[in-house]
Amino acid sequence: MNPDMNDEAAEQSTAEQKMAGLERSTATPRDLVAVCSAQVKEEPAKRAGDTEQSTLPPSRPEETSEWQIGGRTLTSRFFLGTAAYPSPQVLKDAIQASGAQVVTMGLRRQLAHGTEASDFFALIQATGSHLLPNTAGCHTAREAITLAHMARELFDTSWIKLEVVGDAHTLQPDPFELLTAATQLVKDGFEVFPYCMDDLVSCQRLLDAGCSVLMPWGAPIGSGQGLVNPGALRTLRARLPGVPLIVDAGIGSPADAVQAMELGLDAVLLNSAVAHAVDPVRMARAFKLGIASGRLAFEAGVMPRQDMAVASTPVAGHPILL
Amino acid sequence: MTTTDTEPKTITITVNGTPEPTSARTLQAWVDARGVLPAALATAVNGNFVPRSLRAQQLLAEGDTILTFQPIEGG
Repeated sequence: MNPDMNDEAAEQSTAEQKMAGLERSTATPRDLVAVCSAQVKEEPAKRAGDTEQSTLPPSRPEETSEWQIGGRTLTSRFFLGTAAYPSPQVLKDAIQASGAQVVTMGLRRQLAHGTEASDFFALIQATGSHLLPNTAGCHTAREAITLAHMARELFDTSWIKLEVVGDAHTLQPDPFELLTAATQLVKDGFEVFPYCMDDLVSCQRLLDAGCSVLMPWGAPIGSGQGLVNPGALRTLRARLPGVPLIVDAGIGSPADAVQAMELGLDAVLLNSAVAHAVDPVRMARAFKLGIASGRLAFEAGVMPRQDMAVASTPVAGHPILL
Repeated sequence: MTTTDTEPKTITITVNGTPEPTSARTLQAWVDARGVLPAALATAVNGNFVPRSLRAQQLLAEGDTILTFQPIEGG
């Protein structure tokens, strides 16, 4: 990085220009949106309900543009966890309210007996969601690799949210064990979704290993702190154009999700913020709207912040009477 | 004490961290003896994943460890 670039705004500006391959004099927020939205399909000229007389643009208040990940096309950019809900019914209702098309699940080391596990699995399957099993609780690459293979067999999917914890207090990913596991799992035919730090170089190494998507943390798991380092996420977005980026962990409120989406990240994965809400179902809907809003704002091009006031009303050529 | 060829010999294995005597000689036999649906759990022996299709060939010996996993909620 340029040593002169020691503030966030400068970093953003430079990164955007590098990403778009544009000269400093011509780069604009619209260019950033154009590059990062390359996978967004054209909006249909007309949608159901439009009338010939309508002059308003088509609206899609709760939808986001289609995107592709792991061989699948999604319309939702909300990945929802399934842990810690008050009841199976609340979980089911929250998934429905969220509009999420991908839900995460885990594995527990225990002997399967009774119907509890199968009932839960059946409930999730009935939602029609894509499954993203995780390797939560693993501390070494070997553990994670073994658990990933188990998950593929149990859930019948090659998608795996790869978690390798490096610190018991922060639950921070271990970048070295993570890379080792990702490298092997890619060779084993998995679509690896690595839960990783927001460090650019380690993210690049994961891509080199064959990962096609990254899931940088927003903050420690379950902390609800939001995006503790938006500058790092902005750098990832700028330096890794075209790579699906999903903010995973730390999201506390819909405002955090809006921020992530406005930064141009492709999706948000969260669990606790919904499951621990007073009303998880309503919170799931709140996040759905927030994520959609943030994405629309990104695609529309959020205006750049200014240090000083900039008059909205043009005054040039107007008579000044005082 | 001696055992005959027809008398099942009991070995001790560790299942999910708990010692357990068993007369099963293969992982498949052990799973079958537990009465669980074979598809309801994933298995590893001595830390190595054993897919369903290979459970019958996976021999068990004294001191082996078995890990079994099942789906749960997760974030």
